[in-house]
Amino acid sequence: MISENEVERIAALARLKLNEKEKQKFQKELSLILDYVAQLNELPIENVSPTTSGIGAINIMRPDKKREEDNTEQVRAMLEQAPETKDGFLKVKAILKQE
Amino acid sequence: MDLKNLTIKSVREGIEKGEFSAHELHKKFLKLIEEEDKSLHSYLSLNETVTKEDRPEGILGGVPLALKDNMSLQGSVTTAASKILKNHVAVYDATVVRKLKEAGAVILGKTNLDEFAMGSSTENSAFGVTKNPHDHSRVPGGSSGGSAAAVAAGLAVAALGSDTGGSIRQPAAFCGIVGLKPTYGRVSRYGLLALASSLDQIGPMTKNIYDAALLMNILSGADPMDSTAAQLPVPDFTANLSKPIKGLKIAMPKEYFGEGLDGEVNKVVEQAISKLEQLGAHVDQVSLPHTKYSLATYYILMPAEASSNLARYDGIRYGLYKKGEDLLDGYLQSRSEGFGDEVRRRIVLGTYTLSSGYYDAYYLRAQKVRTLITNDFEKVFEKFDVIVGPTTPTTAFKIGEKEDPLSMYLSDIYTVPVNLAGLPALSMPCGAVNGLPVGLQIIGKKFDEEKILQVGYNLENI
Repeated sequence: MISENEVERIAALARLKLNEKEKQKFQKELSLILDYVAQLNELPIENVSPTTSGIGAINIMRPDKKREEDNTEQVRAMLEQAPETKDGFLKVKAILKQE
Repeated sequence: MDLKNLTIKSVREGIEKGEFSAHELHKKFLKLIEEEDKSLHSYLSLNETVTKEDRPEGILGGVPLALKDNMSLQGSVTTAASKILKNHVAVYDATVVRKLKEAGAVILGKTNLDEFAMGSSTENSAFGVTKNPHDHSRVPGGSSGGSAAAVAAGLAVAALGSDTGGSIRQPAAFCGIVGLKPTYGRVSRYGLLALASSLDQIGPMTKNIYDAALLMNILSGADPMDSTAAQLPVPDFTANLSKPIKGLKIAMPKEYFGEGLDGEVNKVVEQAISKLEQLGAHVDQVSLPHTKYSLATYYILMPAEASSNLARYDGIRYGLYKKGEDLLDGYLQSRSEGFGDEVRRRIVLGTYTLSSGYYDAYYLRAQKVRTLITNDFEKVFEKFDVIVGPTTPTTAFKIGEKEDPLSMYLSDIYTVPVNLAGLPALSMPCGAVNGLPVGLQIIGKKFDEEKILQVGYNLENI
């Protein structure tokens, strides 16, 4: 069974904050799901190659040029969706603290 | 005009003959939705700018369609039924939306779904559950439950859904309509809000097979904006629908008729399959031995991909934003308040299985089992043209009936393997149990949607 501390650690990695009740609930539910998926351990898979994509993995290239879709109108519309902008840039909180 | 029974074909005939105009039709549908959707809740938002055109050109000229609300429609609120995108306005059209518009379609509105398409009942929508039109105490299925309910209730002529583990086919089965998940790569996902990128596909949800084939003609094809959309020619999917299926080889996997399948559903599905035999098809039992591992494989791969895809919702560029004390606190607050229970559960699960020290034991192992599941299908398709079975183990369940996540996941047991193998499959109505529709699933070879549509059309018109 996955521990409550582990649930907390993983949630933090995923940038989620859980309250005490949620931690306990997730601990129980995630343990059930992990128990269920453990049935894959029954299968011998040493010589099987993994499926890594939905379609045979190939690189699709395009010329490194400005596309018609990338017009300033669309960029403006996208920036309008942001909660805080300054001079046409996204604004975020400072990540470096002053000593 | 009988609004509720209109098909794409009959709308086009009506408009061409001048029996009604596109403008009139759009207005009538909006009125019908206003009257009937209060109790059903299939739509999240409506396009109330009524088309001015009377007789628009195009294969879908004037045809009123609905879109699942995880597809971008420029200028419309696109929520994925999540609080985190409650006020998000799409700034561009998804490729499928652009194609529908170019074909002349009228977009009626955006339909309800489980939040970010995570669920099998629409109960995970942040904006309330959709009801099954056949019985309002039951779910319409999910995650494309809003699209399925709207089409089944006649509140849209057809709709688009998306299918990651059964999200088109399972609600189509529960609501008694046709739903087709194309081959992985057949339809561009540009503008679809991503859930699990190695599994997601967009497809049609319609009242009959012909309409599904017609929509496939429009939706399919390569797209410079989606490198996973296959560079393959697109056939006319309507061309061979009525071709007889005499001599076709049809496989019935014994694993799809075993434990867990409701006895009455089993009977209805077997009757449908015997009709295929009457039409001259050869039906044989086969085995897909790794079927029982599909759900476990899916519930490792899908949450892992989802946890990665949903990392983009950080409140900084768009969506719900909570101003925290610092950058990290802002992330934590925005995401914790914006995402619902099931979404957070899957993000945590996916982050766990991808985290250092667990990757090989979970993610890599699941990718290998995915190969075994795909091989099962390929082996059967060496000798058979299509595979048939039930779409779901039961008919639509009650709202609130499935409380623990695992029991909900089990309703996708026959649909999930198809996504893992990247195959095309459709669900079509094939009868009812106690007034609730039963779906027959027809699975095809990669990029052979033509064959499953042909089998479906023959059965529909028997």
